[in-house]
Amino acid sequence: MRRIAELFAEPTKKLVPFITAGFPSLDSTVELVLAAEQAGADMVEIGMPFSDPLADGPVIQEASQIALDNGITVKTIIRQVEAVRKKSSVPLVLMGYINPIMRYGLDQFLSDVESAGVDGLILPDLPPEEGFDIYKKVKSHSLSPILLVAPNTFEPRIRWIGTMAEDLMYAVSILGVTGSTISANTKLKEYLGQIRENTDTPFVVGFGISSKEDVAAVAPLADGVVVGSALLKKIKSADDPVATTREFIEELKEGLLDKKGIKVSGRKIPESRSSTGSE
Amino acid sequence: MTTYSQPDDAGHYGEFGGKYVPETLIPALEELESVYYHLKDDSEFQGELDELHREYTGRPSPLTYAPRLSDDLKLNIFLKREDLNHTGAHKINNTLGQILLARKMGKTRIIAETGAGQHGVATATVAAKFGLQCIVYMGEEDIRRQQLNVFRMELLGAEVRPVNSGSKTLKDATNEAIRDWVANVEDTYYLIGSVVGPHPYPMIVRDFQKIIGEETKEQFAAMSGGLPDALVACVGGGSNAIGIFYPFIDDDVQMYAVEASGLGLDTEKHAATMSLGSQGIFHGASSYLLHNDNGQVQLPHSISAGLDYPGIGPEHSYLKTSGRVKYLDATDNEAVQAFRWLSEKEGIIPALESAHALAVLQQRKTSMEKWDNVVVNLSGRGDKDVNTIADYLGKDLS
Repeated sequence: MRRIAELFAEPTKKLVPFITAGFPSLDSTVELVLAAEQAGADMVEIGMPFSDPLADGPVIQEASQIALDNGITVKTIIRQVEAVRKKSSVPLVLMGYINPIMRYGLDQFLSDVESAGVDGLILPDLPPEEGFDIYKKVKSHSLSPILLVAPNTFEPRIRWIGTMAEDLMYAVSILGVTGSTISANTKLKEYLGQIRENTDTPFVVGFGISSKEDVAAVAPLADGVVVGSALLKKIKSADDPVATTREFIEELKEGLLDKKGIKVSGRKIPESRSSTGSE
Repeated sequence: MTTYSQPDDAGHYGEFGGKYVPETLIPALEELESVYYHLKDDSEFQGELDELHREYTGRPSPLTYAPRLSDDLKLNIFLKREDLNHTGAHKINNTLGQILLARKMGKTRIIAETGAGQHGVATATVAAKFGLQCIVYMGEEDIRRQQLNVFRMELLGAEVRPVNSGSKTLKDATNEAIRDWVANVEDTYYLIGSVVGPHPYPMIVRDFQKIIGEETKEQFAAMSGGLPDALVACVGGGSNAIGIFYPFIDDDVQMYAVEASGLGLDTEKHAATMSLGSQGIFHGASSYLLHNDNGQVQLPHSISAGLDYPGIGPEHSYLKTSGRVKYLDATDNEAVQAFRWLSEKEGIIPALESAHALAVLQQRKTSMEKWDNVVVNLSGRGDKDVNTIADYLGKDLS
């Protein structure tokens, strides 16, 4: 069974921090991922910088630019993932725009990230109609394709995306880019409920989740939450990025505990899912 | 001979095109596509656009014979005078068409990207005419270089939003416009300025620009009978070139598109996407792209801001691969020479963009026979470029 499917088969809510590879310095990726895991991250999303990140707000744009100026490349990121894998079994997801991946060579990329120990891929500018064949290939490399759903995605399309994603989906919380304000979506509950009604595929929610309070508010409506821009903002101004990452993730993690300090449990896993977990 | 029919239903031009966009934009693109297919052949919609072109744009634009240029090169050179359109370039053909679409879709807020400001001005113009809110994204670097157009847009009631990310030029302004669209997709219409971006934009912009070629065909037949031997147009994103080529695509007519090679193909300062780029995915479509070995988009250079773009429309990539259109280049220096040549010989000051098209004739980079009939798309007028030329020639205008 793929590591991400296994993780999301457990009913607890997951905290997924996002960091940009090569930010704040070229070599910071490995220690930040390990610090995140130690602080309680259930999975870590690593952003692969692109010169023109269309779906990202100013914080991730800037972090990406700094990382590119630091000299980050897909090749280096794969080496960094290998280094993390030697020390940790935390599920790892790479987020990247499609052009650098195609330029690297799709097949080469998939086999290299698979052997480096990556578990899933988020490709924000590869919707299912363009990615149909690519996502099949992703799966054939034992990687989980994590497809996006947005607040304006129609129901039949949610079902289609759920089927294609299989292990996990990423629900974009708002109409907007990363780092926006999640409170802008007053219909969040209705929207996430609609996803739940249409698919058994688990989903995390991201875009605009920036505090322990946001985590506490959103987690009950989903299977996990992603925190990116807020973390990068703290890292950027930190004297000690590793300590800052650890502290902030510990704080966010509190949003996932109930008053007695017990992990908040999620929905019941439907029969159909728990019975397919033998691959 | 088979009839040309691109793109396919999914918006692909062979292996190019498509819609590589965040999920949030998919419903908006689908809505646009369905409204467009509905209105495309609607006689009332087309009638409204035709009337606006006659009474507002000033169409048809003339086809002018250029006797002194012709004499110089021993070719018959004709100029399709898009420079005489309202706002001074071919851009208005597209903005008028798209603003009618926006109105039909009930959108109240118009956003656009602009490089030099020509598309921004053409968008601000039609937004003013129809009383719609207009926001134009423009790189800070371009704002600094194109103060006059910024002020023109403001006079037309548009808000010009400076973009300070990345290279602070057209590509970053486009990124920012797309981000705005993602966030405001419900009430906002994104009015793209060239045959670039995700499907259906390259097709829609082509269809609104093909009036250039349709008129040329009719006018040339009336003046000389038959078809011209060749067409020449400059390409940045590629809308004026597609506009003049498209109606001739199944005919026995040679087509030359001219991209900007800046300081030269052997330097790093060029915008020669076709000559030096390779297939990539950028701004929502698969097409030729200037990018480095790591897939990061490279910064182009051209003396002409309108050609200063690292990508190109997907249909051009198809036409290059199929061999139907030949892609040539002209340097800054060759474009400036051609600019002066047309100004001095025919009394027409062309846009620097259009001067690139003339330059390949002047430099004899095309394979034409003596007294072949050539139509050059004079996509815009050069008033906006006078300062740039003065700078280039070392003349102080202040």
